[in-house]
Amino acid sequence: MVVDLEEAVVLYGNYPALAGATLRVEAGEIVWLQGPNGAGKTTVLRLCAGLLPVSRGHATVLGCDVAHDRQSIRHRVGLLGHTNGLFLDLTARENVLFWGRMAGASRAECNEAMHRMGLVDALGDRRVSALSAGQKRRVALAILVVRRAELWLLDEPHTSLDERGRDELDDVLRQAASSGATIVLASHEVDRAHRLSSRVVTVTGGRVVS
Amino acid sequence: MSRPRTGAVARAIAAKDLRIEWRSRVIVNQILPFSGLVMVMFALALDDDAMLQRTAGGLVWLATVFSLFLIVQRAYAVDTQDGALDAMRVAGVDMQAMFVGKSLALAGQLFALELLLFIVAMVLYRVSTPAEGVVLLVTTVITATVGLAFVGTLYGGLIAGAKGRDSLLPLLLLPVVAPVLLGATRATESALQSGGAVVMEGWPWVAVLVVFAGLFGVGGLLSFGALIEE
Repeated sequence: MVVDLEEAVVLYGNYPALAGATLRVEAGEIVWLQGPNGAGKTTVLRLCAGLLPVSRGHATVLGCDVAHDRQSIRHRVGLLGHTNGLFLDLTARENVLFWGRMAGASRAECNEAMHRMGLVDALGDRRVSALSAGQKRRVALAILVVRRAELWLLDEPHTSLDERGRDELDDVLRQAASSGATIVLASHEVDRAHRLSSRVVTVTGGRVVS
Repeated sequence: MSRPRTGAVARAIAAKDLRIEWRSRVIVNQILPFSGLVMVMFALALDDDAMLQRTAGGLVWLATVFSLFLIVQRAYAVDTQDGALDAMRVAGVDMQAMFVGKSLALAGQLFALELLLFIVAMVLYRVSTPAEGVVLLVTTVITATVGLAFVGTLYGGLIAGAKGRDSLLPLLLLPVVAPVLLGATRATESALQSGGAVVMEGWPWVAVLVVFAGLFGVGGLLSFGALIEE
């Protein structure tokens, strides 16, 4: 079991962002979280990334208890939120190499990850600030690959991508899942959800309802 | 894939910060001219060679502290503009290594700045360093810079995600760096033998700078991760 939430409660002050969520995700699954804004989708992702403490209930990710072993979880999880986490004054290649060094990956592994994301030739040597939104997303995904994240947590990953970029992203996610990564996404794009995911889960009012 | 050692992570972070600075040239194009201008304005305002020679040490360190605020803000702005600082936290990057790496990069930038400021002081204020003061001056610059780098990195991290951080940083940092400003000024005056000061009088102030750097170095290593986490 990659993700195992059991009646997990997450409080922001006194406000329950998660009010007893139960969710299980198996290895290799692509699980799509859907639900209205403020339903708790992002909170589920941040909890799974080891960024939030559980106030009540129980949460384990990749076999590690979120309450006690958050650092171990963070090394093995990749979270892509509304920002890409890139250094805008560095080139795409320099960004991937930097994150590769952080993860102990070799230069060859970084090059391979960039190649997989289509960041080849001049594109790889262009400053991130000069890239389009879709190209920046691809750099961020190359970083997830180079970090060998076992669990990919993606919050609205299709945002700011054009149709072609969205299709490419879906291909990347399928590829990642087929090479063993588990993926949990939050998105409003219902059609894509049904085409791509192995399971669609609805989150509403801080609870997982289906 | 084994996780890299703390030293390797610190070097990568320092190299990244210096590369970004080299690429964007913010320090070269904006902060160095700003600090040079501060030195010129002091010269115009005081307009007295004897006074300038006596206060040269203090003016150099005051200009350094003013520039420190800008460099620290810049160092964290590049990490927060696309959520990279958050990404490093999420990825479980060794925060002690990050503290050391960012401090190294900041120290490197401060050294370059101080070199320029001392050259400006020599030209504009006509100060010179007697041979017996050179060791004291170099030691003062090293210890004060290391202390400023540690405290700048620590406080920059503390307010990296805060609203109004641009005005908050000087407000928080200025009282904290007062001992460095005082110690570095006194030690520099002794090294330059300004106003009848002698070299030996400067060494106790260097000891103050060493203690300051030590305290904020250890404090930063212990608390930086928790500060970034919050």
